[in-house]
Amino acid sequence: MSRVPEAFAAGPAFVPYLAVGDPDYESSLEYVEALARGGADVIELGLPFSEPVAEGPTIQSAVVRSLEAGMTPERFFGFVEELDVDAPLVCMTYYNLIYRFGDERGPEPFVRRAAEVGIDGFVVPDLPAEESDPLRAACDAHDRDLIFIVAPTTRGERLERIMERVSGYVYVQARLGTTGARADVSDQTDASLARLADWDVPKAVGFGISTGEHAERVVAAGADGVIVGSALVDIVADGHENDAATSDVAARLEEKARELKAGARRGAEQRVPHPERT
Amino acid sequence: MSTNDGKFGDYGGQYVPEALMPAIEELADAYERYAVENEDGFLDEFRCRLRDFGGRPTPLQRAERLSERYGREVYLKREDLVHGGAHKLNNALGQVLLAKYMGKERIIAETGAGQHGTATAMACAHLGLDCEVYMGTRDINRQRPNVFRMRLNGAAVNPVSVGRGTLKEAISETMRDWATNVEDTHYVIGSVVGPHPFPSLVRDFQAVISEEAREQIRTRAGTLPDSVLACAGGGSNTMGAFARFLDDEGVDLYAVEAGGSSLDVDEEAGVAPNSASLTTGSEGVLHGARTKLLQDRHGQIMESHSVSSGLDYAGVGPELAHLVDAGRVTPVNVDDDAAISAFHRLSQLEGIIPALETAHAFGYLEDAGEDLGETVIVNVSGRGDKDLESVIEETAKRDVKNAPDLDVFAGGTGGLR
Repeated sequence: MSRVPEAFAAGPAFVPYLAVGDPDYESSLEYVEALARGGADVIELGLPFSEPVAEGPTIQSAVVRSLEAGMTPERFFGFVEELDVDAPLVCMTYYNLIYRFGDERGPEPFVRRAAEVGIDGFVVPDLPAEESDPLRAACDAHDRDLIFIVAPTTRGERLERIMERVSGYVYVQARLGTTGARADVSDQTDASLARLADWDVPKAVGFGISTGEHAERVVAAGADGVIVGSALVDIVADGHENDAATSDVAARLEEKARELKAGARRGAEQRVPHPERT
Repeated sequence: MSTNDGKFGDYGGQYVPEALMPAIEELADAYERYAVENEDGFLDEFRCRLRDFGGRPTPLQRAERLSERYGREVYLKREDLVHGGAHKLNNALGQVLLAKYMGKERIIAETGAGQHGTATAMACAHLGLDCEVYMGTRDINRQRPNVFRMRLNGAAVNPVSVGRGTLKEAISETMRDWATNVEDTHYVIGSVVGPHPFPSLVRDFQAVISEEAREQIRTRAGTLPDSVLACAGGGSNTMGAFARFLDDEGVDLYAVEAGGSSLDVDEEAGVAPNSASLTTGSEGVLHGARTKLLQDRHGQIMESHSVSSGLDYAGVGPELAHLVDAGRVTPVNVDDDAAISAFHRLSQLEGIIPALETAHAFGYLEDAGEDLGETVIVNVSGRGDKDLESVIEETAKRDVKNAPDLDVFAGGTGGLR
């Protein structure tokens, strides 16, 4: 069974992302474990793909570092097996790697292997609802969650198509564009959350969140969780560029995680009951 | 026949970020209404502009000396005579006009050799829309004249330096721009690749090539051809040259891919030193579609190679992949050396300097045996002015028996710069 739903049950969830294997396998293990110590409720583990069309420059660079250090799907699964964390794990990758894995074409072998090593769910940025039925079926067969991204441009029938297929949580894309840390929080977030108000899966907001204040504001606005990627990848990149000790980088990640988690908690305290839900 | 659900057998589909899906649905709707059903006279205006601005129809010319050399009737479909020097305008003009009908204000495009970028820049200047073109830094260096042409037509050229800086990276970066500015922007994709409806839309705009050629050959030779040859990178001139012959069972269709320096693959380095995805590729998902790809055993996309920027791509249009599997299109390939040699041959024998992409089709004409039959059409997809610097460099690296002496120009001053 996926452990994702229970992670959202105990208050606002902090969902950090790192590209696995960035800048190398061993450091990456320490970094993910540091995020868990910092309070991660769910962890998104990026399996790098050579053509990451949804990513901004920060995560593109992380993907390059990881691939150059030799990351492959099999090593990714070994990494997940070796990882010593309690938080549920979500694999974020592109469809070609899922489709090509194993001896037979199609997503089932990848999902089976991921389930064996303890992956609870999947986010696939280049797989819209229309093309997702084979992966949804494989996730159902192995009791895994399939998380979908809802964009600021998603409306009407598209929302329904996603609502029918989503499980675990819905990834609310806070703004148009690619991933990347931003200095402010988009106004599009409030409108997106309002469109999803009556959905019965948790709503986690991502794309651009980089500080505790952002996390606070997003949760206060009604989000059930915050997803943070590039702001954490920036810490990894900075450590790599300055030859910092792995333990120092891990400490900075843990501290950043605490900041973001605390922000989310403050946001939950300010949350006023939604008029439509009372 | 032009409409479909975006699938070609197992290939095609719409594998793009959710943020782009509404724009792609809007485009699919506009494609049906304007480009298929001719709403508001779209197709009439398109054909009128292709004629007056684009210079269509292009001739179908009998190549006298090539016919003599090969002992068969060789006809050239002269897409090099389209305004801008390549078939690319057929699609760019169609899509920019479509964007205008859709009320979009801004056009973005990727380009490899620069031919699609220049065509899009020309079409945008002609129709009064803003234009930005993404181009890999490596291609910018290989195709400088086209960069200047785009700038002269008022387009911005945005260098893409990630990866090897070629077409694959330029497409990814253009998709990122589109995902950011999707509300007022149309992405004019340059080939029969990408998510539905692009492969069908681009094929329909390029089908004018075979529509004209089919009538012209019947008038000139009183018969349909035995075979049609076109080079294939993404495959837009290929599908354009094949589309109206698909139902003619007696017409063999050859897609000539870039064999590059070798068909072997270096998995460790992530490099396939060719662009022969129809010949050697495997099924996968890239840039919005399921198709044949150059990829390693894990599914990571390989770096392709060709002496010709316009063919240098790790994927290919999904419909071509399907037609190859169905046995309707035969994929063949021609390596860098043979393409350079064919470039010089066509220049000398017929007075036509072809694009390096096009030269691959003539490389196969030289190699092929009796299979091509009595009457052959070769699609001259573009002219080679943009390639002169590369050809001088690449010729100097090789022992090309039929090349003229270019040393006097190449020495000291950096070629033709």
